[in-house]
Amino acid sequence: MFLQGYLPSILEGTVLTLQVAVASLAVSVVLGLIGAMFKMAPSKPLVWLAELYSTLVRGVPDLVWMLLLFFGGQMLINDFCTRMGWQAPEINSFFAGVMTIGFIFGAYMTETFRGAIMAVPKGQMEAGLAYGMSPLRVFLRITFPQMVRFALPSFSNNWLVLVKSTALVSVIGLNDVMYRADTAKSITQEPFTVYAVVGLIFLAITSVSDFALKRLEKRYSLGVRETEL
Amino acid sequence: MIDFNLIVEKLPAFLGGADGAPMMSTSDGLQLTLELLFLSLACGLLLAVPLALMRVSKNRVASSLVWLYTYVFRGTPLLVQLFIIYYGLSQFDWVRDSWAWEYLREAYACAILAFTLNTAAYTTEIIAGQIRNTHYGEIEAAKAMGMSKWLMMRRIVIPSALRRALPAYSNEVVMMMQSTSVAGLVTLADLTGVARRVFSDTYMPFEPFITVACFYLVLTFGFVWLFKLAERRWLAYLAPRKH
Repeated sequence: MFLQGYLPSILEGTVLTLQVAVASLAVSVVLGLIGAMFKMAPSKPLVWLAELYSTLVRGVPDLVWMLLLFFGGQMLINDFCTRMGWQAPEINSFFAGVMTIGFIFGAYMTETFRGAIMAVPKGQMEAGLAYGMSPLRVFLRITFPQMVRFALPSFSNNWLVLVKSTALVSVIGLNDVMYRADTAKSITQEPFTVYAVVGLIFLAITSVSDFALKRLEKRYSLGVRETEL
Repeated sequence: MIDFNLIVEKLPAFLGGADGAPMMSTSDGLQLTLELLFLSLACGLLLAVPLALMRVSKNRVASSLVWLYTYVFRGTPLLVQLFIIYYGLSQFDWVRDSWAWEYLREAYACAILAFTLNTAAYTTEIIAGQIRNTHYGEIEAAKAMGMSKWLMMRRIVIPSALRRALPAYSNEVVMMMQSTSVAGLVTLADLTGVARRVFSDTYMPFEPFITVACFYLVLTFGFVWLFKLAERRWLAYLAPRKH
């Protein structure tokens, strides 16, 4: 039997990996939008804060951030709870993993969204305001639909890097595809087959994402004139 | 709150105290990280130039083979590649019986092999992209001078493409430097590996992980600065005019 019946277990792990990736993407998009707004805010401290965030996160490996935030965060929460005389809660590793990866990729998304928002002509937003739209409505109806086209290439790249980074979450105790592969490896004694399957799974995920995002890019570039040499 | 004594006490280990040095290497900690980085970058670059030429060549077979290689290595996590090489190869008896097994059973050699193949894939695409971007005037001029194909490649196309690849390559170097941190997951005591050991010995997370984070930050800034200098030197002709 192929992999002594461990394939379903690996596929289950894949589902968890995908869940972590998608949930972290959502966190990173929210953080990225906030970061981009801070970077373009008129207040200097906000700009510095966003600058500090994106520099510190992008200058340190993902793995170090995961270890620091996961173990450090756990210790801080435990300390705090002991001091308050509470029962320290068990940290959910899924939640911790999602928050950590979301925090890391929020910094990359900050740069993506900042560039994209700046690529939309300012007159567009001014025209929206002149029509009496609220700033939120201007963002949702004017800025956002136009910035997507500029943000997509870099967004796609971030997503692909994020998917590959989720391979690291087994380090903080998540029962993901790498963790399952580790178990299957020890029992089946077929390490090459196990990790080749995991590699193919990741390749399938990145290929499908790449295809879908290319389609989306086409969709959002409708009406933009293309030239060919 | 932060125990600075612990950091000072463990600083030699982070810098490369050599008591955790793997087989075939000279040290651990920072020195091991840099060793892994420079060896794999050098081998990766040497591989990438011929591969990039194959990638842009008119030979369909060569071009698609290189495409497949870069596609697979850029589409899978480095950690999986490392595990396939470190754990996976032992599955085959012919690997274990070969002369290479002496090296392939060492985590150090496996890490360098995995990092080299990984960075070579990304670098190949960077260089191939820049070769395709070569201005047609440069190639026409070379042909008009009567250069043979290889002479033109050697004197005109490759030097010019490598220069223009510098900005993208600097990103790749920084990414690779950060990626070496996964070496700790196959028993090596690189910067991150040392930090994890200190953490498991003392159960203090902030001191070791913040210390290595600072190391990586300094390295990142250092590389960015060096590449700025290199770009000023070799890409001066592409810089915006100042007068």
